[in-house]
Amino acid sequence: MLRFALRRNLQIVPTVIVVALLIFVIFSVVPGSFAASLFADGKRAADPQMMARLTQELGLDKPLMERFVTYVTDLARFDLGTSFRTRQPVIDLINDRMWASLQLAIAAMVFAVLVGVPLGFLAALRPGSVLDTVTMIGAVSGLSMPQFWLGLLMMYVFALQLNWLPSFGYGDGSLQNLILPAVTLGVTPLALLARTTRAGVLDVLNADFIRTAHSKGMSEAKVVRWHVARNALVLIVTTVGLQFGSLIGQAVVIEKLFAWPGIGSLLVDSVAIRDIPVVQGTILVIVLWFLIINTAVDLIYAAIDPRIKQE
Amino acid sequence: MLKRLSLAAMLSLGVASAALAEGERYGGTLVFTAPYGSSFATLDIQASPNTQEEFITQAIHRALYSWDSIDNKPVLELATSADVSDDGTTYTYHLRQNAVFHNGKPLTADDIIYSYKRIASPKNAFPGASFVANIKGAEDFIAGKAEDISGLKKIDDHTLEITFTGPINPGFPLMQNTTAIYPSNIEDESTFAKNPVGLGPFVFREHVPGSQVVVEKFDKYYEEGKPYLDRVNIVLMAEDAARDVAFRNKEIDVSVLGPTQYQAYQGEDALKDHLLEVAEVYTRNIGFNPAFEPFKDKRVRQAINHAINAPLIIERLVKNKAYPASGWLPISSPAFDKDKAPYDYNPEKAKALLAEAGYADGFEFEVTASPNESWGVPIVEAILPMLKKVNITVKPKPVESSALGDAVTSNNFQAFIWSNLSGPDPLNAMRCYYSKTQQSACNYTSYSNPEFDKLYEAAQQERDPAKQNDLLRQANNIVQDDAPVWFFNYNKAVMAYQPWVHGLVPNANELAVQPYEEIWIDDTAPASRK
Repeated sequence: MLRFALRRNLQIVPTVIVVALLIFVIFSVVPGSFAASLFADGKRAADPQMMARLTQELGLDKPLMERFVTYVTDLARFDLGTSFRTRQPVIDLINDRMWASLQLAIAAMVFAVLVGVPLGFLAALRPGSVLDTVTMIGAVSGLSMPQFWLGLLMMYVFALQLNWLPSFGYGDGSLQNLILPAVTLGVTPLALLARTTRAGVLDVLNADFIRTAHSKGMSEAKVVRWHVARNALVLIVTTVGLQFGSLIGQAVVIEKLFAWPGIGSLLVDSVAIRDIPVVQGTILVIVLWFLIINTAVDLIYAAIDPRIKQE
Repeated sequence: MLKRLSLAAMLSLGVASAALAEGERYGGTLVFTAPYGSSFATLDIQASPNTQEEFITQAIHRALYSWDSIDNKPVLELATSADVSDDGTTYTYHLRQNAVFHNGKPLTADDIIYSYKRIASPKNAFPGASFVANIKGAEDFIAGKAEDISGLKKIDDHTLEITFTGPINPGFPLMQNTTAIYPSNIEDESTFAKNPVGLGPFVFREHVPGSQVVVEKFDKYYEEGKPYLDRVNIVLMAEDAARDVAFRNKEIDVSVLGPTQYQAYQGEDALKDHLLEVAEVYTRNIGFNPAFEPFKDKRVRQAINHAINAPLIIERLVKNKAYPASGWLPISSPAFDKDKAPYDYNPEKAKALLAEAGYADGFEFEVTASPNESWGVPIVEAILPMLKKVNITVKPKPVESSALGDAVTSNNFQAFIWSNLSGPDPLNAMRCYYSKTQQSACNYTSYSNPEFDKLYEAAQQERDPAKQNDLLRQANNIVQDDAPVWFFNYNKAVMAYQPWVHGLVPNANELAVQPYEEIWIDDTAPASRK
């Protein structure tokens, strides 16, 4: 088990290196520059002297190779660099935003798991029932609804019409402010979970060992708890893991819409103004987050299903 | 007679009580919005050229001059008076005796000298450097060739002499937010980015990155009786649709409107009476590159101006949130020529002009455009069929905003569509057509006309504002006739505000930026604001 865990963890390193390389290359070739973004809104005239000074100060006048070497050596020392825009260390900016992002992702996932898994389970145990039909229609709508539109709908209903919750912002970090963005973000994984849980459970229910369990005279409740749930869990954990990993990336839209101070909105803003160190740092953090969750999922698999470890 | 008298008395009583009811009220919280992005870059506003940070500056900081939105001109802010030398280049400022920084330090001439040196320091690439560069000796200081800025001279603690490079109106450059005055007694300058200290009516309290900045009333603010509010929450709300919901839900006190919302709000009884509108100082245009063969001919450029039905686009696409442009200088400019008519929509004339220029069969050109709804790809798509009628094929070349800036300043375009600053200072606005202005500075269309240059140089030397404006008006009309751009429109900014908010002003420079110290909220405000 230890060797397996170690091997999985070591795989993160080359992945991060490749990603770091890719980000560097992409942002070296896309058009647009930080200095030019400062007057992109046309609200001030371009100032070539300032642009030149800025380019020099930020080291953007140096050859690409030299910049790349600096980037890599800094990275090796876990230094993500300094933001062009704020002139503060990138790690501080990420640190300011990371907690809000985690809060949102965790809340959305908890919501999705608590609602999606039981619904999928119940639907599978009673296929063709009203509950099953309603759940599956709900799941398809949940998956196909654009998050931006769903968020606006939620705002309209729960903030404007019912006046139960605030429509935007972090507030003082209270649960009230978290509910709308978390639920909006949680709808897609919820729908996916309900569907995969249903499919997984249905699969298991038709398996030979369930028939055997029944024929041994095991009670329905025991069969579901000991055989169905445990075997369906592998599929559920995979879905949860994949979804959880990508939630921080998906949260970009939700964060913008609800003015939620996470790293997603930091990333979007930074891309628009070509604040490259922040873009690189944020993407790396998101990738790292994805990899860690994935590794955790693999380890959990091995714990649930000993067959995986032996492969 | 008696009846009429009593009616008059009643009316005057009514007016009197209304005046009382409208009396300024102290206290409460204003929830203001910063709509230009989902974060504040820094709280060290000397380092930031962005409009977004001006929302904080207005509360916390003060510059030597400020903008008077009612009289539409810069006025002295940190000085009570200024003596001007005969040649108009040296100003002796008598600074306010009662201005105090939030850290308790009284304002002195040293603070202004310190601040201007910090802004112009060769170690910092600060955006305000170009404004300070109007001071004599500043160019050398910026280039690292001098220890001091020779034009800055302290007479005593409250008297400061500034010598400028020419007879300019120093109010325009030195009212800029990026020239705000900081206290000279802060040891560690890096603290400005997280803990700003200024002379403004509100003291910095809290910054939740990506969410909001909170400021609270400064008891020692120099203007008596101001500010009215106890607290201002400046919240970040970049999404139009989300801002709309929050405004309707009374969670925010003001909202800047885009074209679609403007149209919607005008149609709703509850909202239409609380819209503040102003002609801002931006001119939307399509700039033509004279290096592209067909654009060398003035008749071609004029033909394009005649071939496009600008009022129709303004009505249908921009939802009347703009004024048709009749030249470069906008309606809010003191040198605006109200008698000058815009190019009329006249495809026949356009065809004739094109034929004269040898382009009867038309030609094809590319317009570099950002996705902006008011001055980007959607507008290019709208002119496409209009120009097709005169045989000109237009191709939009979509780029991101930061790439648009790069393409234009490196002269890498056939045509571009943009919104450009054209005020409030007409002299500075017309600089963009002066042949000695670099293409990469703001002479984006490489404009050069000796007749214009003569007028512009005369205006530079003219000290009588009325005569200066007259010269600039003539210069502006030459540009209009030469048509280096397609004159599209001047922006109309619209801000919706809650009925309990008072004291907002029509700020032509940037409507969204308001003098918080003048704002007060009345009794009808919800409990959360009181």
